[in-house]
Amino acid sequence: MADVGTLNTTSAGIDAVAPKLGEGPSGPRPRPAVSARNIMLYGTLTIAALYYLLPLYVMVVTSLKGMPEIRLGNIFSPPMEITFEPWVKAWAQACTGLNCDGLSRGFWNSVRITVPSVIISIAIASVNGYALANWRFRGSELFFSILIVGAFIPYQVMIYPIVIILREIGIYGTLTGLIVVHSIFGMPILTLLFRNYFVSLPEELFKAARVDGAGFWQIFLRIMLPMSLPIFVVAMILQVTGIWNDFLFGVVFTRPDTYPMTVQLNNIVNSVQGVKEYNVNMAATILTGLVPLIVYFVSGRLFVRGIAAGAVKG
Amino acid sequence: MTGQARAGRPNKLLRNLNAKIASIPMILTALVIFVGGTLWTVFYSFTNSKLLPRLSFVGFDQYERLWAAPRWVTAIENLAVYGILSLIFSLVIGFMLAALMDQKIRFENTFRTIFLYPFALSFIVTGLVWQWVLNPDFGIQAVVRSMGWTSFTFNPLYTPEIVIYGILIAALWQGTGLVMCLMLAGLRGIDEDIWKAARVDGIPMWRTYLFIVIPMMRPVFITTIVIIASGIVKVYDLVVAQTSGGPGISSEVPAKYVYDYMFQAQNLGQGFAASTMMLVTVAIIIVPWAYLEFGGGRKRG
Repeated sequence: MADVGTLNTTSAGIDAVAPKLGEGPSGPRPRPAVSARNIMLYGTLTIAALYYLLPLYVMVVTSLKGMPEIRLGNIFSPPMEITFEPWVKAWAQACTGLNCDGLSRGFWNSVRITVPSVIISIAIASVNGYALANWRFRGSELFFSILIVGAFIPYQVMIYPIVIILREIGIYGTLTGLIVVHSIFGMPILTLLFRNYFVSLPEELFKAARVDGAGFWQIFLRIMLPMSLPIFVVAMILQVTGIWNDFLFGVVFTRPDTYPMTVQLNNIVNSVQGVKEYNVNMAATILTGLVPLIVYFVSGRLFVRGIAAGAVKG
Repeated sequence: MTGQARAGRPNKLLRNLNAKIASIPMILTALVIFVGGTLWTVFYSFTNSKLLPRLSFVGFDQYERLWAAPRWVTAIENLAVYGILSLIFSLVIGFMLAALMDQKIRFENTFRTIFLYPFALSFIVTGLVWQWVLNPDFGIQAVVRSMGWTSFTFNPLYTPEIVIYGILIAALWQGTGLVMCLMLAGLRGIDEDIWKAARVDGIPMWRTYLFIVIPMMRPVFITTIVIIASGIVKVYDLVVAQTSGGPGISSEVPAKYVYDYMFQAQNLGQGFAASTMMLVTVAIIIVPWAYLEFGGGRKRG
């Protein structure tokens, strides 16, 4: 039967073999592997995929070339001599303003911003979502509505008052200040996420625990938390990529020595002085994109869920 | 919400107290940052604050100055062009990719991964990559010229008239994967029987999509449009990374105008007025959506 399947590619082929088949095949006709429809389908998808992959290819290729080779060739030609020097330079020596210690400074700043911001924003939002789902009080829905509407307000509208507040508290320009800002702006979408998740859990569980005398925190820690690992992972993916990729808050709320990686990257690449070292720039760009890319590739399907749930942010 | 104290059952009150304490960060954020911050900015947009906010009211002067500034007008025009085109193109491209992906294809995961990965990257990274791909001396223009077509010109980032399209290309590269994902989820939600019925009736595929499937996906489209639109108004990083608003002021956008006036030109009043205009824009988008989505009739508060 397999032979027949391969012969069936065109109607001419079918006509040629049909008399020899006698009674004819039984069961549904096998779908031809190569048809006009499939060529169109996979052709279009492949061309689209190439378009999406092209910049990644260009980035990698450029970052592995030496400067003389870049000046000679075009951006699509593969490197003749692979060199990792641009990567080393981008990481350890590239200059932003007065500092010449490369992206490593920004990388560690970003780590020190992202880790606490993710933990704090998820901790606060999960409790919020739990309170909104199971312990509603008068006004709770109102605050929640304000929060959700607030997610649509352009950040620019709220930035200056926050600058004033942070300055008054004395944490403007510090990493702590930026962590607070990320926790605040992560709240709407995360709270929505957790609230919807906790609402979907069977209410009987909650009721049974209350009958047994468990309180607000006990139910949260002993019953809700163990059941909500998936949503925590989704929230984490959302926050790690979102906070790592942030630029606006980084540039507003930090100073040069506390710049996150994105801000530092932009300063390295778009600096006006000196010769433009395109290979170093591209290596720096890949380095900055690496963390969210790793998160994306490792988490796969969960990433899709995360952005579908939190696409409102950003 | 202090009036709760006189509730009859102390037991219930105590339990609610815990929830309230736990909700303090949320309440503070909602009231102080979202409501307070917004009102503060709108309020101060009617003053002539320069380096520091100060309370000397000038009425609508800041707004008059704003709309008389060529830089702001350019920013609004850019936003309009960028917004309308990116809305149309991301919906069309996103839907077409999703429709192709929905044909029970092989390697679906691979294709989805490829289409979506740019979304994991920041706008800064996206902008810098496309700045490089569109570089006139090394990028697409140079490549086509080196193949023999020496008069070929494709230099959007250094041509004031079309620079916004250069930014649009990068934005679509970054964002269409997300639209594709949302649309694919919407298509998967359509009952298989609809397709069977359409096939039995002999309706061609494209007509089924256009007149049956797309109308059925209305909620998905509305959500997607709101997501794209609220992202459009905020566009900032991409422009900074790709062109820094140049050449000249030709790729200026409102978000960048606000930032520059607040933190660089030390002209807070202008910054506040411009950001208030951004708020108005968003309200124009969101209010009709909220009305459609929630029908005005809210459940209990």
